[in-house]
Amino acid sequence: MGDTKDYLNSRLQNNSGLSTKKLTLSMGPQHPATHGVLRLVLELDGETVTKCTPYIGYLHRGVEKLSEHKNYLQIIPLTDRLDYVASMANNIGYCVAVEKLFGIEVPQRAQYIRTITGEMARILSHLLWLGTHALDIGAMTVFLYCFREREKLIDLFERLSGARLTVSFPRIGGVRNNADTKWLEDLYKFTDEFPMRVKQYETLINRNRIWLQRTKGIGVISAEEAVNWGLSGPTLRGSGVPYDIRKFMPYGVYDKVSWEVPTGMNGDVYDRYRVRMEEFLQSNAIIRQCIEKIPEGAIMADAPKFTLPPKDKVLSDMEHLIRQFVLITKGPQTAPEGELYVATETPKGELGFYIVSDGTGKPYRMRIRAPSFVHISALPKLCEGHLLADVIANIGSVDIVLGDCDR
Amino acid sequence: MEPIEIAERLKEQFPFDVLDLASFRDQVQVTVKRDRIIDICNYVHKDPDISMDYLSDLCGIDYPGRRLRFEVVYNLYSLKYRHRIRIKALIPENDPSIDSVVLIWKGANWHEREACDMFGIIFNGHPDLRRILMPEDWEGYPLRKDYPLQGPDGSEYRKYEELKELHSRDDELGIK
Repeated sequence: MGDTKDYLNSRLQNNSGLSTKKLTLSMGPQHPATHGVLRLVLELDGETVTKCTPYIGYLHRGVEKLSEHKNYLQIIPLTDRLDYVASMANNIGYCVAVEKLFGIEVPQRAQYIRTITGEMARILSHLLWLGTHALDIGAMTVFLYCFREREKLIDLFERLSGARLTVSFPRIGGVRNNADTKWLEDLYKFTDEFPMRVKQYETLINRNRIWLQRTKGIGVISAEEAVNWGLSGPTLRGSGVPYDIRKFMPYGVYDKVSWEVPTGMNGDVYDRYRVRMEEFLQSNAIIRQCIEKIPEGAIMADAPKFTLPPKDKVLSDMEHLIRQFVLITKGPQTAPEGELYVATETPKGELGFYIVSDGTGKPYRMRIRAPSFVHISALPKLCEGHLLADVIANIGSVDIVLGDCDR
Repeated sequence: MEPIEIAERLKEQFPFDVLDLASFRDQVQVTVKRDRIIDICNYVHKDPDISMDYLSDLCGIDYPGRRLRFEVVYNLYSLKYRHRIRIKALIPENDPSIDSVVLIWKGANWHEREACDMFGIIFNGHPDLRRILMPEDWEGYPLRKDYPLQGPDGSEYRKYEELKELHSRDDELGIK
């Protein structure tokens, strides 16, 4: 490929009167391959990208500013819409942060239900990633295969929480509904056949020559650079850094089940693809072990100043009615003053909540550290100097969701 | 190392810049003056026992009552030793600027742009400080406490007949 370019350049220089110019192309906010409203202004020299500038903010909804005016319970639906593909993961991240701030201990059954639904959200997000990434690169059949599995999981979410996409399922101190035995059985049946489905996806693309040529050696980032840029999640693990918050700072019941962290070696698009394919199987294993081990018990913590009472008590007992009223209208009145940064591992990477509490029912400042924000900032490093078609492969492999990035 | 030990070491190295040490639910924060922030960040980045190679987050906070109105908060993590620390630099209102740490952690680039966009804090030495989430020609700094929640023209919607009933109790409820 290099000698063709030199040959053409020499022909151009010999033919006087012909010259080349750089083209500025706006891969605008409406584009089927940018996975949301991302605008990339590319300067092209032929097919090679010389400069890449991302423009974001088209989906900015002011979640941080809104959170300062809502009490802790009302922020849960706001966090749903951050990474709207795996909304349970954001909810869990927020609830873990607030519970650590208030010092609430969540009961075991609720922890197990949260871990199970968190891993279901991870599988959902990776299924969407695989379908759209393959679709962008050209393998169009994978898309509907992935959506078939998504439908099954989304149906299970709907049975449990009432919503398909933005679930708002956990509460401060526990979860909203109990998972009954029939639901757990159906989920167990799903995990029986899921590894075979993953094998199906692999037979579609793993040994396809076009896939290998378009993903191996593309978008390489070394481990030190990736850590310096602040990448996280599978994007960082593809470069060989085994940083997974579920292992480094465990929350939920991740330290009670046995699973492994898949890590890549070369830091290219292909390794990140393999990391996420392995994560399918690991999440499957976590869900199976959690269903086998789930204990009976309460699903809401016993912290009367911070958690809502059960509905039957509210309707019959005065004290619980008052507690419900105060918590819903004003928020927890005895919140401690202080600040905390708590990070959890969402399917996209490290989602961090930095909450500053001033003792009232509303947070003073809620800062959301979004993984996609940091990943898009590293896109120019991955794209510059390579071909235009690699930009599409890079955006797909970095797995961004603009709701997460813009908040 | 325990986070409190890192904070003690920092206080030993920079005795005139560290203003306060605090701890809440086993997370430690160190409040510093903004003048030598680059030296402080270089120290925690390069020191072999501390080795904070991962910048988790960089953000700003607005405390309108104080003379040192803004705070820039650096949440740092070490992948090697698995410990965390938080460094907060205080910035006065009349000269809201601080040195940029983009040469130490490249990931700070967009976080600093967002802090500038939302609070108006200028980062000296930043390669490309322009608005990131708001449109390029926006005026005002949205996350400051004196900026209205519905934006500068939120009250404009009250003039419409169709929305009159919706906004009729706004003053009473304190909605801006």
